[in-house]
Amino acid sequence: MTIRDILLHPSACLKQVAESVLVFDDSLQQLLSDLQETLELAPGCVGIAAPQIDCSQRVVLTAVKESQGGCHGRLVLINPEIIQHEGQVRGREGCLSVPDFTGNVIRSEWVRVRAQDRDGRQQSFEFSGFEARVVQHEIDHLDGLLFLDRLVSRRHDLFRRKVYRDGGE
Amino acid sequence: MTKKWYMLTMVGKDRAGIVSHVTAALYDGGCHLGEATMARLGGNFTIMLMVKFDGSRQALLDQIEPVVQSMDLHVHIDSIDAKLHYHLVPDVRVTVYGADRAGIVAQVTTALTEAGLNILDLESDVAGTEQQPIYVMTIEGQASEGIVSLQAALDIISGQGIEASLSAIETMLA
Repeated sequence: MTIRDILLHPSACLKQVAESVLVFDDSLQQLLSDLQETLELAPGCVGIAAPQIDCSQRVVLTAVKESQGGCHGRLVLINPEIIQHEGQVRGREGCLSVPDFTGNVIRSEWVRVRAQDRDGRQQSFEFSGFEARVVQHEIDHLDGLLFLDRLVSRRHDLFRRKVYRDGGE
Repeated sequence: MTKKWYMLTMVGKDRAGIVSHVTAALYDGGCHLGEATMARLGGNFTIMLMVKFDGSRQALLDQIEPVVQSMDLHVHIDSIDAKLHYHLVPDVRVTVYGADRAGIVAQVTTALTEAGLNILDLESDVAGTEQQPIYVMTIEGQASEGIVSLQAALDIISGQGIEASLSAIETMLA
């Protein structure tokens, strides 16, 4: 395992659409180990996406404690896709790739996600609240989006008129 | 001469183009901008700008004088000790509203401060109509003595013609 440097904005890898994972081999397992170790070393951090360590692949790790009401704990999500979403809620986000800034972002309150595990098996998860926010933030990284792309007004909690990638808005 | 930080505060009657004219004059004078907040308060233009400049306070004033004159602005410049990259993250939000009357802000903020709140952000509006104005205020801050003591302070205030609610701000880092 290797602790990898976190890419900071501006960085090309953070703004491009990541490639789907097609081969579930040793190098993927190595990437997952590196992501895990890098995530563990970031205090208070609950998720990381492969593009943040300069690897443009559709791989995400989340780590929202299971004690936090029905959350899943450590999860590996490979080629994740949001297939259903409900509700909208505002919350404050920060990002390892954007130090010293936090801002308000509107996210779906509940999402159903289809993803593959580390061996390529298809899985389906439901996430709500804080964990749903983490998953959406990480999937955004795979699409070259930062939370800065979704900031809402500080003064008024306006819902931005913006067409999201899943066409759900 | 090394560049120094100044806080430039401007107030005036609002009109289109103030921000672009002021910032263009600053850029032309070799200034570098830091953090800024602009707001329209009661139809008045207000802005606070952190400006990095390698000259004196008077030289900075001279640089923007033509815009200040043409836009009819009042200007105030202070030399400041600037700290960038050390943002404080709020952990609590308080929303207050009620029929507008003198003393709401003082009453609420005094109670919250005594209960351990460090206010990081405060915004207020007077809504409603001229006959029935409604005061709406949002405060964000850090609860140094925990959220329970803040709730207790708000419980005392609520019911005196003021509705106050408190919510924790959970900041996700990912």
